[in-house]
Amino acid sequence: MTNISFTVNGQPRTVTVAPWVSLLDALREHLHLTGTKKGCDHGQCGACTVLCEDKRILSCLTLAVMKNGRSITTIEGIADGEKLHPLQQAFIDHDAFQCGYCTPGQLCSAIGMLHEGKARTREEVKELMSGNLCRCGANVGIIDAIMQVKETYSHE
Amino acid sequence: MKTTPAVGTPLSRIEGKQKVTGTARYAADYNVPGLLHGYVVNSPITKGRIVQVDTIPALAVEGVVEVLTHKNRPGLAWFDLQYTDMDAPPGTVFKPLHNADILYNGQPVALVVATSFETARYAATLIRFVWEEEPFDTCLQNHPEKARPAKKGFATALRPPPPKPTGNFEAAFANAAFTVDADYRHSTEHHNPIELFATTTIYEGNGKLTIYDKTQGTINNQLFVANVFGLHYKNVQVLAPFVGGAFGSGLRPQYQLFLCVMAALHLKRNVRVVLDRKQMFSLGHRPQSLQNLRFGADATGKLTAMSHLAVSETSQFEDYTEQVVAWSHKLYPAPNTLFDFKVVPLHLNTPIDMRAPGGCTGMHAIECAMDELAYRIGIDPLQLRLLNYSETDPSTGKPFTSKALKTCYLRAATQFDWFKRDGRPGVTTRGNKLVGYGMATGIWDAYQFPARVEAIITAEGKLVVHNATTDIGTGTLTVMTQIAADAMGLPVAAVTFEYGDSKKPFSMFQGGSAITASTGSAIMVTAEVLKKKLLKKAQSIPNSPLKNAGMEEVIFTNGTIRLRQTPRQAVSFKQIIAANNGKPIKTTRMGMPHAIKLRKYTKATHSACFVEVEVDKDLKTITVTRAITAVAAGKIINPKTARSQISGSMVWGISKALHEETILDEHLGKYINTNLGEYHIPVHADINTLEVIFAEEEDTLINELGSKGVGEIGLVAMPAAIANAVFHATGKRVNKLPIHFDELL
Repeated sequence: MTNISFTVNGQPRTVTVAPWVSLLDALREHLHLTGTKKGCDHGQCGACTVLCEDKRILSCLTLAVMKNGRSITTIEGIADGEKLHPLQQAFIDHDAFQCGYCTPGQLCSAIGMLHEGKARTREEVKELMSGNLCRCGANVGIIDAIMQVKETYSHE
Repeated sequence: MKTTPAVGTPLSRIEGKQKVTGTARYAADYNVPGLLHGYVVNSPITKGRIVQVDTIPALAVEGVVEVLTHKNRPGLAWFDLQYTDMDAPPGTVFKPLHNADILYNGQPVALVVATSFETARYAATLIRFVWEEEPFDTCLQNHPEKARPAKKGFATALRPPPPKPTGNFEAAFANAAFTVDADYRHSTEHHNPIELFATTTIYEGNGKLTIYDKTQGTINNQLFVANVFGLHYKNVQVLAPFVGGAFGSGLRPQYQLFLCVMAALHLKRNVRVVLDRKQMFSLGHRPQSLQNLRFGADATGKLTAMSHLAVSETSQFEDYTEQVVAWSHKLYPAPNTLFDFKVVPLHLNTPIDMRAPGGCTGMHAIECAMDELAYRIGIDPLQLRLLNYSETDPSTGKPFTSKALKTCYLRAATQFDWFKRDGRPGVTTRGNKLVGYGMATGIWDAYQFPARVEAIITAEGKLVVHNATTDIGTGTLTVMTQIAADAMGLPVAAVTFEYGDSKKPFSMFQGGSAITASTGSAIMVTAEVLKKKLLKKAQSIPNSPLKNAGMEEVIFTNGTIRLRQTPRQAVSFKQIIAANNGKPIKTTRMGMPHAIKLRKYTKATHSACFVEVEVDKDLKTITVTRAITAVAAGKIINPKTARSQISGSMVWGISKALHEETILDEHLGKYINTNLGEYHIPVHADINTLEVIFAEEEDTLINELGSKGVGEIGLVAMPAAIANAVFHATGKRVNKLPIHFDELL
């Protein structure tokens, strides 16, 4: 068993886990942060996407021990208290989800993607969000929501 | 003063905030004290039996609590009937860990229970099985001779056998001026909701269980657990407040529920079982199918003969059937028809309904055959549909309760600029792309199930409505809240809809695009009774301004009952409850389909879909660049969530036509692409412009709401429209789904 100390959603946290425990399972089972979802455990669906510092990572392909000393933001840490992140509000406004299961991953991935600053056009946003699957087919709403927030950001 | 109607407004999802903040909890999200983790072991052989099983190495792992196999499982219900469920096809239901027999590849054969997920997963690799393999058959094409009519049973009510022939098809087809004779082949598909199937069972003691389950039917699974494990149904509570998609896979109790409950009862502990993605391919599927269509038309383009024969797979133990062949005759009048549907039992799991079961299979073939026929005749494909348009149901002669399909055709065609296309195949280009335009028709049943609703006016004058239905992402919570708000004359903020709980009043499983009509109508019926009760109580208040007023003389608005003529004279719900000594006023009622009245009608939703594709001239890669679906489904309760239902199922249409397929290795008898890297569903980059039109359609007959479901109709027309667009782009007819680019090379 290994002790891991890291920052999760701004709070210092310590967990004791076996070295083979994924960051995803450490968040869900040990820290009870179940907002991060398991959809494949193979890095194929994107539902488990979280932010490490500002970078989007797949928590199912990350061992918890690899993130000792690092700062992780999960879906539970995206809003500012009761105030939703603009992207969260845009997802609600554009009906960018149906069942909601892929949503935490889509949101974390989109925040990471906007931070990367690589995507300029809608086509590029679609391409760079294509690691996050949505089986309900809310694709149009998801991209609409991201484009709306992206434009607000670039006007600032 | 008057409450603005909520029905018809694009209200955002009420649970939206929970879904975007990660606070929405799904079946695997309940962390309870002392939780044990179960990991399922599946059969690697396709047919045969377990000769020997050695669990000692697995049990020796620190943290492993138990390994359950057919050898040591607790005693269970004796009769097959006790394992059945509301959606079970005719046959003998599969019973996990029942005996040593292997009926299909991926069948669950053991459950490892441990203190951590990782331990259970590791220990599962240490169980040693000795198998005895027998020859098997999983290939549909190889065995047309085994095709036979499906057995009939309880479930046949919702999926009747093929319609009887009419006229003389063979003679009419031989004499037709124009004919099409085409074969269609569909691959296996798996639902693959992104949420893994999971159950968390909380062992409450005294024979009581609280179960968080991934399901489309809380009561269906409650009764299943009670019957199988010999518990009183009142001691089994199945909860599914959030369901991460299901698309049909949650219509029947799945094996993780069975194994989780078995372990919890056996160990008297809280247990969770979560499947992995590979195991998600062992829960049932959309069956592979073969279809032959022969359509004949006279010199003017009127259909004279229609034959539709379909063969589909089922398992060795249940006869799963779909409504594949009946659709053409609900759309097009042809005096001579021949329909048949047969099944071939294979050594596979029983298929299970998957979004628009049968409808999207049959309509792909029907609407591609119509397109081919239009080209034979030399008329526009839309013109052929309009030429054969019927205001009544040609298969029965009955009128529809409503049918705005013509409006769908014309509105979608106009918005699409259909009439400007050059109809010749292979001539329209855009840079290095061939451009194709295709269209197709959609039809789906408008079901309604019985549903029971409890409605309560609380001390605060607010409304709480209870029903056991789930919300699998369809928008049920939001839509029911809107319906209830309008029914009682309250703002949406004063209404709470409580659902996803088997303890609530009855709901069937959430399937067949039926829940809005079912629970929604039950809310309307219950609200009428509750309003009468409230008025009666209001009239008992001393000097009540409503004294002697009949129901038709009052209006319910903004939480008050007012006299229609002199609206200032009013009594609020709060005052009524105060007069009731602060006690809530409630009522429970059943909403039933108007079966007798509706016997004289055909009930259906319709759609028209127009698609543009681009096909790369060299690589032949296919992109759906634009698609429009116009839908006629009666009153649309919430245009925002309904639009998402349609555009979401249009994505499913793109997926079915171009992407998704489970590949079966007939030599191994198993599916080989059992992961989301190799089972392709559309990613964001695959999806372009999707437009949705709701055609005005007033339906005063169908139910109290005048509303039909929208969960499936958006998928039905799309695959054929895409296939027809690919033909228009390339001049090649590919009648197999999904269409791969290499078939165009």
